[in-house]
Amino acid sequence: MSAVIRATGLIKRYGGQRVVDGIDLSIRKGECFGLLGPNGAGKTTTLRLLLGLIAPDGGQLELLGHAVPSHAREARLRVGVVPQLDNLDPDFTVAENLQVYGRYFGMSDADIEARLPELLEFANLAHKRDARVPTLSGGMKRRLTLARALVNDPDVIFLDEPTTGLDPQARHLIWQRLRELTRRGKTLLLTTHFMDEAERLCHRLAVMDNGRLISEGTPRELIESNIEPQVVEVFGEHATAWARGHAVSLAQRFEVSGETVFCYVHDAQPLLLELQRQPELRYLHRPANLEDVFLKLTGREMRE
Amino acid sequence: MNMRYFSPPRLSLRFIPIWRRNFMVWKKMAGPSILGHLADPVIYMLGLGYGLGGMLPEVGGMSYIAFLAAGTVCYSTMNSASFEALYSGFARMHEQRTWEAILNTPITLDDVVLSEIVWGASKSLLSGAAVLAVIWLLGLSHSPLTLWLIPLALLVGLCFSALGLIVTSLAPGYDFFMYYFTLLITPMVLLCGVFFPVDQLPSALQSVSAVLPLTHAVNLARPLLNDTIPAGWLSHIAVLLGYAVTGFYVSLALFRKRLSQ
Repeated sequence: MSAVIRATGLIKRYGGQRVVDGIDLSIRKGECFGLLGPNGAGKTTTLRLLLGLIAPDGGQLELLGHAVPSHAREARLRVGVVPQLDNLDPDFTVAENLQVYGRYFGMSDADIEARLPELLEFANLAHKRDARVPTLSGGMKRRLTLARALVNDPDVIFLDEPTTGLDPQARHLIWQRLRELTRRGKTLLLTTHFMDEAERLCHRLAVMDNGRLISEGTPRELIESNIEPQVVEVFGEHATAWARGHAVSLAQRFEVSGETVFCYVHDAQPLLLELQRQPELRYLHRPANLEDVFLKLTGREMRE
Repeated sequence: MNMRYFSPPRLSLRFIPIWRRNFMVWKKMAGPSILGHLADPVIYMLGLGYGLGGMLPEVGGMSYIAFLAAGTVCYSTMNSASFEALYSGFARMHEQRTWEAILNTPITLDDVVLSEIVWGASKSLLSGAAVLAVIWLLGLSHSPLTLWLIPLALLVGLCFSALGLIVTSLAPGYDFFMYYFTLLITPMVLLCGVFFPVDQLPSALQSVSAVLPLTHAVNLARPLLNDTIPAGWLSHIAVLLGYAVTGFYVSLALFRKRLSQ
């Protein structure tokens, strides 16, 4: 199937530094594609390049068959965007926000009016139709932003950290809606640093760091190709000392973070037998997940 | 600076939905807004016009309050556009991120900047119409030529919106606007014949006055109120248009640079 978003050798520099450093991307129709990465990895800049809001310093871009940035305007007619930070109109009601936004796409007031009930229903905001934006909760604002991104019935939806700052209930509702959109055949490109979000929603993922894509594939492929299948987390005051003596021989790989030792293994049995002889250590045995991959690829140190 | 920022503006009618958005916001607080447009000039004209005017026989061949009325039209329209382009424009660009939301749609930055200028001019039009209503109500002029003050208000609005947007494009925050008002707008009010004729100024200051846009606005407004066709009207219009077009082009280049970060 043909790609609806395509980037080749994409480069963006700010002040001599390559914020986006030679990215190749190809996202197919109907796919939910996740861009993972720590803060400052270049995710938002990549989205802005793909939307044609900033000009690249190198590489080729195509969005829905239009060359970007030269024909980004035409492409954006068929695109919806959920930005990272709220930019709803605070002076307007829920319905007015949708109405005004639809006009930016050249829609007639009658066409927008006809779409309103469906959009409000989708966002669970039918009862808030005439409520002003400042009276909405964080979750409601996010849902309104999502509804606003759908006003033009787009083929592609960009979502920049769609659930950051939301409580678990609000987050689950957004996830449910995003899955609904993929069921309807929409193409989704989202950035996130929540691994469970990426694992649940995305068909394919790319991990981004320092402006480059360092690994790409389905969530399962990323785990299988980057990391041992089993993880044993060992906690306790003496965990580090224990790890230096025993984990070296019993685990393929281990990492120390504070008072926790992460042991990555193909077969956990010998390690678990050893841990049962250590009453002062607590441990947790679990399958490897995307967060393990992420931390392995991008490191455990803080990015500040 | 990257040459791409200076490419010619690509204008379209796509600024209209943004204008309608701003109008919808304005409608929600139309009452206080109209009151402000009326009260400010009335206070000036009555206070200074009667207070100061009582001590003056005639200024420039007319009563002082009529003299002041012409200045007030220009001063009020200039202020409306400037406040809109600076404070409200900055809120839309930076604080509320309204521009960001709009730019994610098929609307371009060129359309957004044009919408700001046209919207600022619309606020000037409203302000000019309010002052004109006061002039008629106080019986300061009965000339049908005063109707030309309405397109003049629009032109003054385009000019000062465009100039104000240059400041907005450079502003790190609201405090920055004090420089513009203190160093440019306030001196301009005193140099451009709003409160007293320019020929009262030393000749050096008169030549400064001659290049300032507000002078040209006043030189159009005052004869119109006095029922005469302004001398050299075409050159005054050309100067105001020149400032508007230059301001638009420079601010657009600066906004392109600012938003490319």
